[in-house]
Amino acid sequence: MARRRLMDLVTVLCLGSWVACGGGGAPEDRDPADTAGDERAAGDGPRLSGAVRGDGSSTVFPIMEAVSEEFQKENPGVRVTVGISGTGGGFKKFCAGETDLSNASRPIKETELEACRAAGVDFVELPIAFDGLSVLANPANDFAQCMTLPELKKLWQPEAQGKVMRWNQVRAAWPAQEIHLYGAGTDSGTYDYFTEAVVGEEGASRGDFTSSEDDNVIVQGISGDPRGLGFFGYAYYEQNKDRLKLLEVDGGDGCVAPSPETIANGTYKPLSRPLFIYVRTTALDRPEVKAFIDYAITNATSLVAETGYIPLTDELYRLARTRAGKRTPGSIYEGGGSQAGTRLQDLLEAEEAGAGGDDTGPDGTVRGDSAAA
Amino acid sequence: MTAQLPTAGFRDPEFARRLGRRHRAGTWYKWICFAAAAVGVLTLAVLLTDVLIDGARRLSPEFLSSFPSRRPESAGIKAALWGSIWMISLTALMAFPLGVGAAIYLEEYAARNWLNRLIEVNIANLAGVPSIVYGLLGLELFVRALGFGRSLLAGSATMALLILPVIIIASREAIRAVPGSIREASYALGASRWQTTRHHVLPSAFAGILTGTILALSRAIGETAPLIMIGALTFIAFVPEGVLDPFTALPIQIFNWVSRPQPGFHVNAAAGILVLLAVLLLMNSVAIVLRNRFQRKW
Repeated sequence: MARRRLMDLVTVLCLGSWVACGGGGAPEDRDPADTAGDERAAGDGPRLSGAVRGDGSSTVFPIMEAVSEEFQKENPGVRVTVGISGTGGGFKKFCAGETDLSNASRPIKETELEACRAAGVDFVELPIAFDGLSVLANPANDFAQCMTLPELKKLWQPEAQGKVMRWNQVRAAWPAQEIHLYGAGTDSGTYDYFTEAVVGEEGASRGDFTSSEDDNVIVQGISGDPRGLGFFGYAYYEQNKDRLKLLEVDGGDGCVAPSPETIANGTYKPLSRPLFIYVRTTALDRPEVKAFIDYAITNATSLVAETGYIPLTDELYRLARTRAGKRTPGSIYEGGGSQAGTRLQDLLEAEEAGAGGDDTGPDGTVRGDSAAA
Repeated sequence: MTAQLPTAGFRDPEFARRLGRRHRAGTWYKWICFAAAAVGVLTLAVLLTDVLIDGARRLSPEFLSSFPSRRPESAGIKAALWGSIWMISLTALMAFPLGVGAAIYLEEYAARNWLNRLIEVNIANLAGVPSIVYGLLGLELFVRALGFGRSLLAGSATMALLILPVIIIASREAIRAVPGSIREASYALGASRWQTTRHHVLPSAFAGILTGTILALSRAIGETAPLIMIGALTFIAFVPEGVLDPFTALPIQIFNWVSRPQPGFHVNAAAGILVLLAVLLLMNSVAIVLRNRFQRKW
């Protein structure tokens, strides 16, 4: 009797976990490096197989999600994964060689360059879109229309903690109401970029504001608080237009509201920023990774716009494709991290003009100084 | 009842007054306990209603058979559902034999010495360790040191560690509940310790062991934090085919959808919660069926 019951039990357990009992260890480890070798020359599109492993910024995630989704429809043999570890977390895995590409909402930092260099991870830096950090207030706020950069700094710098607590301390004409601050969490590239652009030092800000890595929390905070003020990426504003009031920012040349036009042409400054994907050079040798990157750049204009971000100009995408083709190593920002107000176009054009005799190939080392060539 | 009480003190007005007070206190106590029970049930009912209102209209065969997408209306839960099924099956395969084995050792074989007491204290403490700590352990041990990568195997192994203490404790309780007389009878007939355990203790304790295991697995299927550490917070548009494949799981997919700006994804998250609840309820009903099937009475 007992034996009978045990047999029943085994049957039940196996039914419950039939995938594991039936097909358990059968499929072998699909190490992408193995499959890469079987591939013929790149370009035989539908026959591509293997894996593309991406990770990094939650800001860039929606774009790469769209790219992966469409890419996999055309190449069902390729398995693309896109993780969300934040820009910094993504670079940690990337420089440890765990991922093929890393999404970043700011350029790579010196410390991260060092880590990549130490691990022998060579990479190509590709701009993929623009994002405009937007300053938002509650729709019930009828006095604030535009804030200057010095005003934003006065409000957000570390010295403001516990002192600048009312709207009239920012601008005398504003009422003496309390001001409630909301912002991106300190692990996000968004926070890094905002502090760099506004306070002048990456990672320096007052600590007494409601922070969250989840932009929805900030949206809800500001939309439910008539005295609230906060910042996050333009894409989140696009989705919540009716619940928020967009403020203009005066970066020195008058008040400008972020919009697809002002962010793309650089007049909304210094809070517009480029978003990047970093690709390991050795991974680019694999046809599925190369095809994925080509696909991303070719279809960026429509996919980026669809996800609420601002596409680069055609000229910039052309420059990005050239970089990927030539495998230009290193960062055009030379490890400086967030650099507010630097125009992407100038950097890339300078690089293209400078790199006349291009002998830059994958040579196993990271060169942060390639832009100076 | 009261009619049979001796009547001497019953006519005493003081006694009658106190009796009334005691009855009132008893009634009060009953209602307080009822309220305590109702808080949990009501909270669950409100949550369920809320999720049902939000998510029920999104549930469809397409929702179950589509991969995640940037467009909320065409996004589905297939990759996460399969990821969860794979993960929980592997977790069960790893945690069940280990947990039951440990419980048998501790109950049937272990001598009362300091080593075994140390093991017992550690298992009890491990049951209270926050799940994120298991995530960190899994990241270092399985993902990096053992080189499993961010795979199903690493996720399942971490989950197995997480629920192991619960399975051990539940199995020990079940084994301890088997009357000593059963063992003695078995020994009296000349059975060895292993034969006794194998043919009498284990079959008798099986109902309790299974219930504990499935409840522990139900906890594992809803865990999010360790999987985020392992790196399962990922866009994945394929079904895993082997234990070393990357994966995502239901709670992770829900977490991902909730954090998106488009309200359409929040509806998806609600529908995802309903799917997760359905899986959970299914597992719990399996637990009940198995318990009834294997239950023994003496």
